[in-house]
Amino acid sequence: MTGAVALGAAGLGVNRVAGILYPRQAVSADAAKLQTVKSPLSTPGLTLTSYKDITSYNNFYEFGVEKDEPAKNAGKMKTHPWTVTVDGLIKKKKTVGIEDLLSFKPIEERVYRHRCVEAWSMVIPWAGYSLSELINWAEPLPKAKYVQFLTLQDQSIMPGLREINLNWPYSEGLRMDEAMHPLTLLTFGLYGEVLPNQDGAPVRIVVPWKYGFKSAKSIVKIHFTSDQPSTAWNDMAPREYGFYSNVNPTVDHPRWSQKTERRIGASLFSQRQPTLMFNGYGDQVASLYSGMDLKKNF
Amino acid sequence: MNRRTIIILKVAVWLVCLTPLALLVYHGLQNNLGPDPTATVTHATGFATLRLLVISLAVTPLRRLSPRLAWLVRFRRLLGLFAFFYGCLHLLTWLWLYSGFSVAAMLDDIGKRRYVMAGMAAWLLLVPLAATSTTWSIRKLGGKRWQALHRLAYLSAICGVIHYWWIVKSGVRTPITITLVLATLLLARIVWSMRQNIREASVG
Repeated sequence: MTGAVALGAAGLGVNRVAGILYPRQAVSADAAKLQTVKSPLSTPGLTLTSYKDITSYNNFYEFGVEKDEPAKNAGKMKTHPWTVTVDGLIKKKKTVGIEDLLSFKPIEERVYRHRCVEAWSMVIPWAGYSLSELINWAEPLPKAKYVQFLTLQDQSIMPGLREINLNWPYSEGLRMDEAMHPLTLLTFGLYGEVLPNQDGAPVRIVVPWKYGFKSAKSIVKIHFTSDQPSTAWNDMAPREYGFYSNVNPTVDHPRWSQKTERRIGASLFSQRQPTLMFNGYGDQVASLYSGMDLKKNF
Repeated sequence: MNRRTIIILKVAVWLVCLTPLALLVYHGLQNNLGPDPTATVTHATGFATLRLLVISLAVTPLRRLSPRLAWLVRFRRLLGLFAFFYGCLHLLTWLWLYSGFSVAAMLDDIGKRRYVMAGMAAWLLLVPLAATSTTWSIRKLGGKRWQALHRLAYLSAICGVIHYWWIVKSGVRTPITITLVLATLLLARIVWSMRQNIREASVG
């Protein structure tokens, strides 16, 4: 009889709930420390989301659609050796190893708000340096108006490539002035340690005033173009996910509200809080969009 | 099936049906509902509603497979009422955790968002079924009319599945399993009623 009860309970989704309730311990024993320096671009006065939540509640669809799947599945990804190809409209195509990227500039700690398009949010102490440093080194041609980021695509370790109907590899892009903005972070770590795989190791970008999906993970290629690159979610559902996807409480997703968000890690009845224009970074970034209709260019 | 076995089975069904709620309460009291407790509660109650509804709809097709499964029908009302119970809890998460009991926020949500409309329709369709679930109602309405009314359960489940598809990100296919199960059950009904019609025609 107990067996029947257990079977029935599984049928009712108890297993799935338990999966959320007991996220597998994601902290790897050999998480390497990163030397970080303070940064004036870090957001002060925020309570950090716990390391456990940041590393066990992830959207990284290559490794599965459930929030706990990336932490379970991404361990198979090999992040050393790792190279990033930089090409397109630049002086000379370059390939750079992850060690060289890490030692290129001092790694800064940057606390940013992180707002997912699904209406949840975190506060994350990232570690990296401004993407503009890399772009300057890449020497793009004046014709280059956009930067595209491509994520690793490896069928043998990424079950999501078959299960989820997106145009793989995952592609994201920014306008050149957005990419050059000092807040746009080339990111290697969080909480002073190298990125866990489920958070986009070994190198990703973080664009704190945009919805999370704009910040491509596990980048293998950075491509400079003159035209707006095609990007994964925008291709999938252009009405729902705009190319800009700036955090904006006055422009709802067609199917759900963006006025408020649920802070991850808060208790059941204190999760809900208002969403800020440009995720609270309006003072720094609003000028990038002056004269643009943000309801049309969502 | 003897009385004793039925009682034991009923207790088991009650235990299974109460498990999702018991787990939520247990983990809620320990402040252990995961990184996104609102989503945990919403998903748990939503899944319980849809699955119980589909399981209750499976009773009749299963029973038709063999006369020896006739006893299954004794569990249908219990399953249906538990589906409604979890549907109410699921609705409450929206009223409370998403809208903060603000009527303006709710109206805005219902008007703009089709997944809310589909979910609301699914719940509303269950209300008359729960209200007429007593034996007295069956007698009062008459078997035929009662049965016709309770076919709304299918419509409710269809609305529930649509609600599920509309809330997941485009391209995500997790609702496929429950959709296929529901489609199979519907198909079984259609095939059954077609065979009945043929039989009646040939007898007549």
